[in-house]
Amino acid sequence: MRSGSHRLIRSLDRGSAVFLAAMVAIMVGVPLLNLLVPPTSPFHISTYLVALFGKYACYALLALSIDLIWGYCGILSLGHGAFFALGGYAMGMYLMRQIGTRGVYANPILPDFMVFLNWRELPIAWYGFQHFAYAALMVVLVPGVLAFVFGWFAFRSRVTGVYLSIITQALTYALMLGFFRNNFGFGGNNGLTDFKDILGFNVEAETTRAALFSISCLAVIFGFLACRAIVASKLGKVLIAIRDAEARTRFLGYRVESYKLFVFTLSACMAGIAGALYVPQVGIINPSEFAPGNSIEAVIWVAVGGRGTLAGAVIGAVLVNYAKTFFTSGFLAPYWLYMLGGLFILVTLLLPRGVVGSLHHWSALRRDRTSAAAEDGVTEPAPAE
Amino acid sequence: MRFGRACLLILLLGFGLYVGCSGAHAASLDEALSHFAADDFDQTEIGINEVAASGSPRAEIILRALQNDQLMFSAARKTVYIQDDSGKLFDAATGEPAAGAPPDDLDNVRINNRLRGTIEAALGTLTLLSKDADTRFKAAQAVFKSHEASALPTLEKAIAQEANSSVKLAMEQARAAIFLNMPGVSDAQKLAAIAMLRHRGDQDALALLADIPSHESPQVARAALDAIQAIQTRLAEWDVVQDAWYGISLGSVLLLAAIGLAITFGVMGVINMAHGEMVMLGAYVTFFVQEAIRRYDPALFDYSLAIALPLAFLFSGIIGILIERSIIRFLYGRPLETLLATWGLSLVLQQAVRTIFGPDNRNVGNPSFMSGAFNLGGITITYNRLWIVCFALVVFVALIGLLRLTRLGLEMRAVTQNRAMAASMGIRTSRIDALTFGLGSGIAGIAGVALSQIDNVSPNLGQGYIIDSFMVVVFGGVGNLWGTLVGAFSLGIANKFLEPYAGAVLGKIAILVLIILFIQKRPRGLFALKGRAVEA
Repeated sequence: MRSGSHRLIRSLDRGSAVFLAAMVAIMVGVPLLNLLVPPTSPFHISTYLVALFGKYACYALLALSIDLIWGYCGILSLGHGAFFALGGYAMGMYLMRQIGTRGVYANPILPDFMVFLNWRELPIAWYGFQHFAYAALMVVLVPGVLAFVFGWFAFRSRVTGVYLSIITQALTYALMLGFFRNNFGFGGNNGLTDFKDILGFNVEAETTRAALFSISCLAVIFGFLACRAIVASKLGKVLIAIRDAEARTRFLGYRVESYKLFVFTLSACMAGIAGALYVPQVGIINPSEFAPGNSIEAVIWVAVGGRGTLAGAVIGAVLVNYAKTFFTSGFLAPYWLYMLGGLFILVTLLLPRGVVGSLHHWSALRRDRTSAAAEDGVTEPAPAE
Repeated sequence: MRFGRACLLILLLGFGLYVGCSGAHAASLDEALSHFAADDFDQTEIGINEVAASGSPRAEIILRALQNDQLMFSAARKTVYIQDDSGKLFDAATGEPAAGAPPDDLDNVRINNRLRGTIEAALGTLTLLSKDADTRFKAAQAVFKSHEASALPTLEKAIAQEANSSVKLAMEQARAAIFLNMPGVSDAQKLAAIAMLRHRGDQDALALLADIPSHESPQVARAALDAIQAIQTRLAEWDVVQDAWYGISLGSVLLLAAIGLAITFGVMGVINMAHGEMVMLGAYVTFFVQEAIRRYDPALFDYSLAIALPLAFLFSGIIGILIERSIIRFLYGRPLETLLATWGLSLVLQQAVRTIFGPDNRNVGNPSFMSGAFNLGGITITYNRLWIVCFALVVFVALIGLLRLTRLGLEMRAVTQNRAMAASMGIRTSRIDALTFGLGSGIAGIAGVALSQIDNVSPNLGQGYIIDSFMVVVFGGVGNLWGTLVGAFSLGIANKFLEPYAGAVLGKIAILVLIILFIQKRPRGLFALKGRAVEA
């Protein structure tokens, strides 16, 4: 245990430490500025912004999960939005069951949309979701099991590269089609909404929102630490080896598919948690979360921040989403898709390492130049395909 | 001869010209018309039947006016008028322009759905004796649908003088439909009627047989049950044929969408997520061409697709070459990044089209040779689907020919198989890359021309096809056009056969799952390339 924590602390370079400190500061600072500073003060942060930042934090966790598999293992999943949405649906189902008799039809067991569809009893898939612990388990379990089964099939038959990307995209597309159907039993195209409270707290309340924000930040921090621990460990070295030379790693005797399956499943669980934290903060989950476009957008956050740099994924997610909020809310709205599309093209063409990756690269170059002794100085290898 | 004159008369009267009518007709017609002035649905119904029975050449005009809410009445003057589109009034009985100012209490003769049915049936009997075979056929169908016993006398007369065999058959079927529902018809006649309907064997016949009154003799009831079973078996067989046709039709659409991708992805190994947008651009070129034709020379409309095809090929092809030169050539060997960049490009192209043409669906018309349908046995085949199947196959054959027989095709294959060697032999590989990508995009463009005929032309047109197209190419085997052909048709047919059991959406999901499982078995698709090219 001691040596484990030692290794973790040693694995933190200066950049990670700064990142973690900043995250902790935001986690504590934003709710304080929201709840304790009076609204008249210029330092006050409105509840709207808290909810917005909470959303970004969830996206950041999703970006981390993508960076773990794409940046360190070379698996480009274009279907991670599916795991995010599944986690969100698990949480949404818990929140629906919490509404109870306060719904429009005041049915103590059935959510409104089921009453509306003339259903007599609760579908089996909804059993147990009135308990938070069960729902929390499902948030991790459902995406995890799906990723495990999917990955088991895909990695065992060595579906790699773009083939895997396209199949993951088909997976989320298929799920979207399914969830859009009313008789699938998850609210059809309206999804799940009108949530009242979570663990007895009103989801609309300022304090609940602030708490959810802090929990989301905490999730990002834990996610970061977990990813960091993995990539710094021997397992992480094997993952990077798989990313850079899959066949060679296999010839060296590593069971490549097991490594991939483990990290893919873990990443799906992280995405599920991100989705679960996302739903109470935005107040709705609907099938459009499964849209293939969402998953690809999440990939571009990682690309912008810099893949293979965990902090970069978080920064990229926040940057791109802040830009999205900024551009889609004003007269610039028609230009947002040009911006987003241009971002995809420019980042891949001009900034393949992403923002954080490029900073690393430049500082490493400078160090090389200044230290004469470092002729064969080890720079962090750039992520390859 | 007399009939022809009556037609002429109807025509002249329809234009509101005064032509004298025989007094006898006018008298009974006046009596019939007086029912319309009562403003009562039951009276109107009597009126409709009496007008139809009057034998007056004005009957059809009056009934059509009633159908179109153009029959007006004035309760005060006890007269019935027909109001034309410009609002002018004509006396319904004579067709003369109404004299003097319009009456103050002018009002529509109101009709409801029941009366609409009565009017249809009345018009059906009237047009049974028309000179035009097509009109008679439609009238027979209308009588078949309504199976009103009142049509029987006219129908018998029409059957007696009918020379056209298919029209006669339709009339006899209509008579059978009437017999089946008419009280006081002998069992023998009913059995003959059932045999007739059994021969017809479609959904309508089935509905008629199922509605047969319960108090029939056991013989008739059994014959009806047998006929129902026979028809159901037959319909089920035709359903299979129909599903197969729908599958082939869907397969041809998939083939069109995927075949360009088979070039860029299959031959070049470039993931072009903006491929669907090339299809979309082709569809918009069609829209643009049609708009230009509508504005400058409407007579050319039937040639609009022929004009749009080369333009769409060139436009999408040139855009494709531009994309290759400006983006993709920097990303060769980095497929995942190509995927992201082209996805971004697809967003930009969609938004550009949305900015220029607006987000709504654009109306692209069918040229006359592509509209309509014909019946083949128990299935209906629309011409546009048929043409698209043919077109997809022609494009496929042309592409195979291009790759196999031309210098350009040879160089393309050389570059694909061994780039370094091809370059050493003096092939300008970068030029071939650009042309290959342009070819794939151009084919996507002409696919767009075809798809504009059956799909909504909107900025999102391409998105719907991209995942399906990739599935086709992956399923069929990358780098093999024959694989794309087989892949497209097998996915199309499988999809349509699954649909009746699983519903459209679940069918699609099932197909996706099946493909994922299939790739487990054969990761390189149905027709995998063999040899060294695979690893390159």
